[in-house]
Amino acid sequence: MSLFKEFSKGILKENPNLVMLLGMCPTLAVTTMAENGLGMGLATTFVLVCSNIAIALLKKLIPAAVRLPSYIVIIAGFVTFVSLMLQAFIPSLYDSLGLFLSLITVNCIILGRAEMFASKNKVLPSIMDGLGMGLGFTMSLLIVGSVREILGAGTWFGIQLMPDFIQPMTIFILPAGGFFTLGIVIAVVGKLTKKPVKNISCSSCPSREMCAGCGAKKEDK
Amino acid sequence: MEKLFIEPSPHIKSTMSTQKVMLHVLIALFPALVAATVIFGLRALFLTVICATSCVIFEWLFRKITKREQTISDLSAVVTGVLLAFNLPANLPIYMAIIGSFVAIVVVKQMFGGIGQNFANPAITARIVLMLSFTSSMTTWVKPFWYNITGTDAVTGATPLVADELPSVMDMLLGVRGGCLGETCAIALIIGGIYLVAMKIITPVTPIAFVGTVALFSFMGGQDVVYSVLSGGLLLGAIFMATDYATTPLTWKGKLIFGIGCGLITCLIRNFGSMPEGVSYSILLMNILTPYIDKLTRPKPFGTKKEADKA
Repeated sequence: MSLFKEFSKGILKENPNLVMLLGMCPTLAVTTMAENGLGMGLATTFVLVCSNIAIALLKKLIPAAVRLPSYIVIIAGFVTFVSLMLQAFIPSLYDSLGLFLSLITVNCIILGRAEMFASKNKVLPSIMDGLGMGLGFTMSLLIVGSVREILGAGTWFGIQLMPDFIQPMTIFILPAGGFFTLGIVIAVVGKLTKKPVKNISCSSCPSREMCAGCGAKKEDK
Repeated sequence: MEKLFIEPSPHIKSTMSTQKVMLHVLIALFPALVAATVIFGLRALFLTVICATSCVIFEWLFRKITKREQTISDLSAVVTGVLLAFNLPANLPIYMAIIGSFVAIVVVKQMFGGIGQNFANPAITARIVLMLSFTSSMTTWVKPFWYNITGTDAVTGATPLVADELPSVMDMLLGVRGGCLGETCAIALIIGGIYLVAMKIITPVTPIAFVGTVALFSFMGGQDVVYSVLSGGLLLGAIFMATDYATTPLTWKGKLIFGIGCGLITCLIRNFGSMPEGVSYSILLMNILTPYIDKLTRPKPFGTKKEADKA
């Protein structure tokens, strides 16, 4: 049960991309097409699972003082592997992802999971965590990519969806459309996952210690 | 038995309401609409009606769905729709105009809280979104009086900013040139502007600073000053868009900075950018700077000392 929980938390509740807002750079840059989003997401998932395994195994060997450089070296190793494999077998995807494939190394999600989860947990939970987080990331990239491709180019995975007489809105392919789509998706996910705050009062205010005499506090009593 | 009422200020209230302001703006836009209908035919009037209607419907729907107070009676959506239509070429497909209305009302205006809360001018932003999305349709202008010309060769013409042959100054003043439907007739726009200033709806600071800066820079750059001022959407933007209440500075100093900034950006885009026209971008960029301009030009409270300002 708890293993499944580690897996499922990354999909929606703690989605690394849409709830924790990590890894924004590839999300905005490569999602002009659904295919690129899916490819990027799967490549990241692979690296995330592998690095989580490696770090969960090596966590006792790595001295705390140099853990971040060690994690980066491990992650970079797997990224190089993925990058070479894609170049060999799916060169079209390799070309369209370009520089962002190498930049998986510095993706905050991977380093974040290594630091927050894999370095404190055993191998099996780390695998589930990596899979869940990776799938959550892939899903988010796929959704953003699909919206942008359908609205911006009239196609989905290269299949023509819109009739010819309707011109697609090119702005969705442009960076502005990327920010807009991502913002809307984050808002929808926020609406789905977070319960609305019922009682807005000083007791839930993070800075209540600092403001001694604000007006709301009196009403609270 | 009489009671003594104690009321908080303000004690003196103006009779001016949002609805009245918007009505005055609509009256000021009317000459340009008539000119557009004469120059570009009934299609221009039809497009304007479509934009205004869809803006009102989108506003009504959004307020209805989000369960907020209805604001369509303040006429601001109608003004947005008419201004948006004025920024479109007369033969733009209807669905594109409706997408534009959606962007203007739902994305730019209502998502930020409705009237008075939007940080950017809805009509300008919608125009830019349409421009980036449907570049070819947005830059295909019909020639003036195209509905009298038979044959298809006379349908499209370029805006004077990119055309080889310039129309005469008289044609430019009357608006007999290619362009977006509301921007061509300079005289109608100026009449509208004078009406707004006379009715004290707008102060003339921003339009004068905007147009003046463009004139000055085209004079210094050795271009024809009259053409630079009359061409493109400069007058429409300076008179009706750069004077929007919600998205421009409050003080006259701020308005001056806003106008000069708009003029500078317009000249930079026209002369050095890859696009022929920069009025809409300049207004949008200055809209974003408006809160900072307001902060810098905040008037000092009467009677305070300089030291007190820092605290």
